[in-house]
Amino acid sequence: MTRMRFVDEYRDADKAQALAARIAELCEPGRQYKFMEVCGGHTHTIYKHGLEDYLPESVTLVHGPGCPVCVIPMGRVDDAIYIARQPDVIMTSFGDMMRVPGSGDTFFDANAAGTNIRMVYSPLDALKIAKQNPDKRVVFMAIGFETTAPSTAMTVLRAAKEGVENFSIFCNHVTIIPAIKAILDSPDLRLDGFIGPGHVSTVIGCRPYDFITRQYDKPLVVAGFEPLDILQTIYMILVQLSEGRCEVENQYSRVVPWDGNLRALGVINEVMELRPYFEWRGLGFISHSALKVREEYARFDAERIFDLPGVRVADPKACQCGEVLKGVLKPWECKVFGTACTPETPIGTCMVSPEGACAAYYNFGRFTRTRVMEATRS
Amino acid sequence: MTSVDDRERQVLERIDKARRRRAKIKDERITLAHGAGGKATHTLIEAVFLEAFRNPLLEPLEDQAVLSLGGPRLAFTTDSFVVHPLFFPGGDIGELAVNGTVNDLAMSGARPRYLSSGFIVEEGLPTEDLVRIAESMARAAEAAGVQIVTGDTKVVERGKADGCYINTAGVGVISHDLTLGASRARPGDVVLVSGPIGDHGITIMLARGELDIEADLTSDTAPLADLVDRLLAAAPGVRCLRDATRGGVATVLNEVARASDVAVVLDERAVPVRTEVRGASEILGIDPLYVACEGRFIAVVAPEDADAALDALRTHPQGTEAAVIGQVKADPPSLVLLKTEFGGTRIVDVLVGDPLPRIC
Repeated sequence: MTRMRFVDEYRDADKAQALAARIAELCEPGRQYKFMEVCGGHTHTIYKHGLEDYLPESVTLVHGPGCPVCVIPMGRVDDAIYIARQPDVIMTSFGDMMRVPGSGDTFFDANAAGTNIRMVYSPLDALKIAKQNPDKRVVFMAIGFETTAPSTAMTVLRAAKEGVENFSIFCNHVTIIPAIKAILDSPDLRLDGFIGPGHVSTVIGCRPYDFITRQYDKPLVVAGFEPLDILQTIYMILVQLSEGRCEVENQYSRVVPWDGNLRALGVINEVMELRPYFEWRGLGFISHSALKVREEYARFDAERIFDLPGVRVADPKACQCGEVLKGVLKPWECKVFGTACTPETPIGTCMVSPEGACAAYYNFGRFTRTRVMEATRS
Repeated sequence: MTSVDDRERQVLERIDKARRRRAKIKDERITLAHGAGGKATHTLIEAVFLEAFRNPLLEPLEDQAVLSLGGPRLAFTTDSFVVHPLFFPGGDIGELAVNGTVNDLAMSGARPRYLSSGFIVEEGLPTEDLVRIAESMARAAEAAGVQIVTGDTKVVERGKADGCYINTAGVGVISHDLTLGASRARPGDVVLVSGPIGDHGITIMLARGELDIEADLTSDTAPLADLVDRLLAAAPGVRCLRDATRGGVATVLNEVARASDVAVVLDERAVPVRTEVRGASEILGIDPLYVACEGRFIAVVAPEDADAALDALRTHPQGTEAAVIGQVKADPPSLVLLKTEFGGTRIVDVLVGDPLPRIC
């Protein structure tokens, strides 16, 4: 492939070899290490580049709950499709939401049956559609952590400023810290450290992770999204462990400021407030873990505009997404993995997004490492 | 007690078995995924069309059927074109409709000869646009050495076709006696690509104007029969040719791996991808291996002919950037593997539908 600046530097195989050797040196013989990468973007990088080939057998990566598509409960997908079925509605959504199943249909299925759900790349695109279609009601399916919440909030502010009254958002934004806390409190999990989310931290900064080191004694290193970033992060966690330290460190300082982005936080705070509780797929109800639109912006809030059924749909019995999201089960250990639940016919959300642990494992890693490495040895 | 490795192996074997089962279509309605060239398309073709039409000529599911009517062998194929927008940098729907069918014929090593063309035109399309499309088809036909000898026109109500849809069918004559096919790859064979991948797909995505990304990029649409002629003359050890259209190189190579029950091992560093295509793919979170080309093919070639094949491609103006991108191995069967530029390994599976952009 053609060399590309700002990308290839972070994918250099020679540097990876050198880091891998240092990682191996730091591992105490006989000790097993389990690190959780919180963010789905990291899961994707790990599988896409085959990063696990560089890790010693004693290091296991556990895939965390940071895939925004994966944590949306089925009832909310049903509600979104309900909105899309109302007269004159154009629903808009990020691409990887399109194949997430509700209790019955996905957005793609709903479209085949007559709804108008369009893929957009940013909430501003949705606002543009609203301006182009003044006789339609345009709703943006807002999902994601603090990473995407500022752009949703900005779009609401712009709609208010420009008086685009046929635009609203269906707010499903969630917050990362309560989810990490829920995982740390789950009794069946043993972790040695965290590969901290990178994009979220550009907004919230590194301070909110302090409780993880103080109360739970786990080191956390905020990591970038290129494969060398992640290898270096694993190295940094191992250095902390070997020196008996337990701190929040920032590997991704080229992008993440220690204090986060105060303006972005301000914009979120202007438009949204914490919900008392919110249901997470597989993890259940977590208090103060999601955002809703403030009263002042009620006219842009699809939840208030449309009379939502809001029916809670229990996760399918066979689905073990919760255990996978908490890192208790490896994707392949789920009862339905790869047989009833595949990327073609996903039962659980982890199988839908390419960032979902199950989809990543199924698409990229679905073979014992030894066999794959055997085949690619030239 | 069984070890973790053993349990994982058992699970993976169960999945492998499930994947080999006969395709069954479970969806209640047709969705866009069924047209994207990935798993959903395969399921639809196998469960609906192959089930209904089953015969030995259709069964290999090649890009074209090879027929014998007494004289020389004939290649016969059809393809429909629904691209939006109708005009894009480097081409238009008309040129695509000629080259697409010409290339499906060329992949059997046939000399394309005659095409048909069916138009489904939406009420309201500017006549000027239709004239432009027809003229473009005429130019493309001349360049490819084919004649458009029969056709059909239908006009449908406004809103029922996206400006204009075109179907073309084509016939070509096979004058060599090689047998090419996706099931003929053997361990040890070498995999080549005729040029940089993904230009067409990314050009179209950008031309739709939804992304606010601009790049100096044009579609790679081109007739490939000439290049194929050159290749087959220089390297009779060619086992299989496939143009990497819908679903891209990844999908095509998966078809080869499955039909031949072999592993295809790719080297990411060797795959030619233009910087613009890589850049746009990085931004969108999609993989160029799945992006459509309209003027590139992959060739699986016996090892002793690999050098001659590469040389034949590179000395033709359409193949100057051709490259060896991988190898065929015996194990693990039916899979495409990638040695990443980072130095790791992973599977390259067929996607369900279109590659979906990731949110963050």
